[in-house]
Amino acid sequence: MAESVLGPARRTTRRIRVVSSAGIVAAVLLAVLLVPPLVQLDQQAVDLAAKLQPPSWQHPFGTDDVGRDLLLRCVYGLRVSLLVGVVAGLTATVIGTAVGALAAAFGGWTDRIVMRLVDTFSSVPHLLLGIFIVAMFRPGVGPVIVSVALTHWLSTARIVRSEVLSLRSRPFIDAAISGGASRGRVIVRHLLPAVLPQAGLAAVLMVPHAMWHESALSFLGLGLPTHQASLGNLVQTARGSLLAGDWWPTLFPGLFLIIPTLALAGLAGAWRERINPRRRSELML
Amino acid sequence: MLELTRITAGYDPRDPVVRDASLTIAPGESVGLLGPSGCGKSTLAKVAALLHRPDAGTVVLDGRPVRGWRHGAPRAQRTAVGVVFQQPRLSADPRLSLRELIAQPLRATGRRAEVTDRVAELAPAVGLTAELLNRRPHEVSDGQLQRACLARALVLRPRWLICDEMTAMLDASTTAALVAVVEAYRRESGAGLLAVGHDRVLLERWCDRTVGWQGISGRVATQESMSPTG
Repeated sequence: MAESVLGPARRTTRRIRVVSSAGIVAAVLLAVLLVPPLVQLDQQAVDLAAKLQPPSWQHPFGTDDVGRDLLLRCVYGLRVSLLVGVVAGLTATVIGTAVGALAAAFGGWTDRIVMRLVDTFSSVPHLLLGIFIVAMFRPGVGPVIVSVALTHWLSTARIVRSEVLSLRSRPFIDAAISGGASRGRVIVRHLLPAVLPQAGLAAVLMVPHAMWHESALSFLGLGLPTHQASLGNLVQTARGSLLAGDWWPTLFPGLFLIIPTLALAGLAGAWRERINPRRRSELML
Repeated sequence: MLELTRITAGYDPRDPVVRDASLTIAPGESVGLLGPSGCGKSTLAKVAALLHRPDAGTVVLDGRPVRGWRHGAPRAQRTAVGVVFQQPRLSADPRLSLRELIAQPLRATGRRAEVTDRVAELAPAVGLTAELLNRRPHEVSDGQLQRACLARALVLRPRWLICDEMTAMLDASTTAALVAVVEAYRRESGAGLLAVGHDRVLLERWCDRTVGWQGISGRVATQESMSPTG
């Protein structure tokens, strides 16, 4: 359907976008999964004689202020950031889907109370709430995941709730109730499968968003411990050398954050057009 | 008996669609409810199927007053009424094959063991081939889908059947086939029928009696017109 309304030029652009996004995502996944076990190099190896070297053949991304290879640090950093992004994104989506579906399926006062709670949480800036949560624990990957997951299920809950509300009044739900289906069965068998594509899309879009949050927390010094490479930590430690004119320690981690984000958003955009060609404004990053 | 007494129902309590409607159906009886589009007959049918809580009035099903609607109604009471809706597209879960569609009420009531037998029995009765049973709703026509929806309504052997404009979207031969299936089921089981529609000729031929919806007052006048079974 969508193909027929688009002109050939738009279609080609879209195809290029999807293919390049998929390629980048695949490359990123291969890099973070294969490089650490295959390449037996120590990302923490300090070489003070080679500190702050610009990109060269030996160090394609240059070295940082204690002479660590930045390419290796970036890959390890991306690995951590992606782990946080995927786990936090999935957790947030599961919580959001459950809350949204239950609120809409039960309706009435349950719905009102739950959605007012969602509004209350949404009125506090995400980052502030996230900082509050990480501040309660020792720095590490776990608290960052918890902090990002607990602050990001709200939009998914809203999306899922509105989808379920529109489905709830369809005759096929009436037919299921008339056929003796319990409330739980209606939710699990009929409502959740119908919102799964939307929830999946929300999950994919949540991954880069969660990565950015991890980077923001680490940049503020509240995320991962400083020795552990994460994209936020890399940018944070490189900030000082930027003023001295050394551009590479900030540029490459920054690109490692931006390029996979755009690729994931590109893939999610294609998926969105596929499941609902008419509604393109929703679920933007 | 299925007794609806002084039912007031709608979607806005200040402006109900159905006002003070009363209708009684005896076991084994078939009643046609005639009315123009938008008069509230589908809402009344949903009240009778325990799918819509009325703002006022009482429903008594087989001698027991109905106290809860939708999930609030006991399962035995809900499943005593089979419903067929007007639009098969909207009343079928798009992810289920027709076979699963028909089997859903059995699975929902924990009678999984009967699925194979009941589907094998009902599919030929409503005119669905084995090949059609494996297709999903978007792969069949409205008529074929409505046949599956009728089979789903009959699968639990309800004592009451409510057909809300069941044939409004269908051609004449499918209409005749579906009416014949309903009548065969009623002969065999003695179930009562409420057939809602706007087609006077069809309902008068199909039902023991037809009642009309008196537009402005919104009352269902019982026995407004009587006609012999067609």
